Amino acid sequence: MSFLDLDERLIDLAGLVDVCYSPVVDTKEFPENVDITLVEGAVANEDNLREIRLIRQRSKVLVAFGDCAVTGNVTALRNLFKLEDVLNRSYRENSAVVSGMPLGGDGIVPALLDRVLRVQDVVRVDYFLPGCPPAPDAIYAFVAELLGGHAPAAEGRKFGT
Amino acid sequence: MSRRVIIQPVTRIEGHAKISIQLNDAGEVQSARFHITEFRGFEKLCEGRPFQEMPGLMSRVCGICPVSHVLASSKAGDMLLGVEIPAAAEKQRRLVNHAQVLQSHALSFFHLSSPDLLLGIDSPPEKRNIFGLLERDPDFLRRGIRLRQFGQRVIELVGGKKIHPGWSGPGGVHRQFSTAQRDEVLKWIPEATESLSMALDRLKSLLDSFQAEVEHMGNFPSLFLGTVNSDGGLEYYDGTIRIVDGAGNTIADSLDPKRYYTYLAEASVSDSFIKSPYYQPFGYPQGHYRVGPLARLNVAKFAGTALADRELREFKQRGGGTVCESFHYHLARLIEMVHAVERIEELMADPDLFSDTIQAKASLNRREGIGSCEAPRGTLFHHYWVDANGLMTRANLLIATGQNSHAMNQSVDQTAKHFLKHGAHGAELDQGFLNRLEAAIRCYDPCLSCSTHALGQMPLEVELLAPGGAVLQCMTRDE
Repeated sequence: MSFLDLDERLIDLAGLVDVCYSPVVDTKEFPENVDITLVEGAVANEDNLREIRLIRQRSKVLVAFGDCAVTGNVTALRNLFKLEDVLNRSYRENSAVVSGMPLGGDGIVPALLDRVLRVQDVVRVDYFLPGCPPAPDAIYAFVAELLGGHAPAAEGRKFGT
Repeated sequence: MSRRVIIQPVTRIEGHAKISIQLNDAGEVQSARFHITEFRGFEKLCEGRPFQEMPGLMSRVCGICPVSHVLASSKAGDMLLGVEIPAAAEKQRRLVNHAQVLQSHALSFFHLSSPDLLLGIDSPPEKRNIFGLLERDPDFLRRGIRLRQFGQRVIELVGGKKIHPGWSGPGGVHRQFSTAQRDEVLKWIPEATESLSMALDRLKSLLDSFQAEVEHMGNFPSLFLGTVNSDGGLEYYDGTIRIVDGAGNTIADSLDPKRYYTYLAEASVSDSFIKSPYYQPFGYPQGHYRVGPLARLNVAKFAGTALADRELREFKQRGGGTVCESFHYHLARLIEMVHAVERIEELMADPDLFSDTIQAKASLNRREGIGSCEAPRGTLFHHYWVDANGLMTRANLLIATGQNSHAMNQSVDQTAKHFLKHGAHGAELDQGFLNRLEAAIRCYDPCLSCSTHALGQMPLEVELLAPGGAVLQCMTRDE
């Protein structure tokens, strides 16, 4: 969402890149030979685990984008509790009717990992862009440097908004 | 032979989802369902943390409507403190809520759904997105981007940050609003009004070409639930709950949102992380209801602002008392944006807004607090329990998209049954069919991260299942 806060700069960016896989385009399969992938979110279930490995394999540069991808952040707060207790709170204690529990294994709902992982716990990460969310100006500066063929440098920059 | 089709990921929605279609032996659609595949567990992971931290933490449920979670959480905190907050604090919260409705609806209409509307629901998938729209109609897209920017800018001016603003908490807000900020807000109003008038004309002129979708992509009677003010008008921040049925009858009125648990309850299912709330007197699943823009316009008697009231009167003529076609969520969203801009302008002239009395101070006075508001996607409830030190012992979040989950399933089912084509080799899943299933869901603008308190983006997958449950075909966009 913070990426969309680039506002009209999105239009400039559209002239420079081909957005081949994103929640805002209809491609269903992660393509081969992607130059830059921004990955948001922590690795929380078996689908995430499979996807992040595929994405790493098919991306030249992989960026952990936002605090959940970088540190696990709020997503990883559930690691303080047993997964069973977390699921029971939502689907038993806070439900009047329990016709089933979404535990996975049905080919529909992915099983949750016992512990939420950072992206770097699973695959190699080339760059980290922190923030919850990363500030639009930081995103723009970062992407502009990558597109210009420079390695984005953190020195002298302010993060953490 | 029966089979199951899976569409994954569902795109141009917020969050991760799949659609599954079960075909019977005759190759006809037996049932179709929508599944949400992400979960985070906020109701548990908040335990042991001070309730004052909740607006900041619960904001992270969602990157699109963080303001709603901040507000519901702040209001639950107000109740724990047992205070009435200062007028300036309430008006700042109202202002930011209107700004959020504006930016979130702009995202839904322009960035996510307008490629279907303007480029065509059968247009090639590789171009059917905002970048394709940029080539076709750059002025339309630029106006949409700037409407969202306006909403986000108001949130930033008041709250200090566009996403996850931390300015509001139990007892009020932490920043005074200035006249210089007012002047900047006012500069945006004429353009926003003009853009919305243009978008409304455009959508209405397109409706004739979407007649089949209006009639068969989520058209069914149901209950509708929303907040109204003391006169029965459109309300987003604080009011009572009204429920109407598909024929326009009022089923329940003047319900206290702080006692939601006496008339609403939730059901868990095994094939989705989303839960299904229902109206208790009607039972589960008969008591399912819709929330959000369509529901709000169905329950409200009037909008309370000039332009929105004109549009609302015309809107209500589309149904016999209640508009039941989920396709009209799009139109309802635009009317709500018109209303939001008018309310923002109105608030700029309110002297209360600028006061430096913005915080009611108190220590913990209750052990249970409930806050509700109208989020862009519908009615939102936060329910907290704390110990004597104000540390959270439990939470329940009743999220707008969850309340639409039964209706989304019904829409997907109806769409699959109506639009599936049959060729020489049985059911044919073409791109137009797949996109209609997704478009049926996009009407609700689901925020799947919110609904399961999850984070991350989810693609849509459609599976075609054989009678025995074997996956016969798994459809993705690239096939």
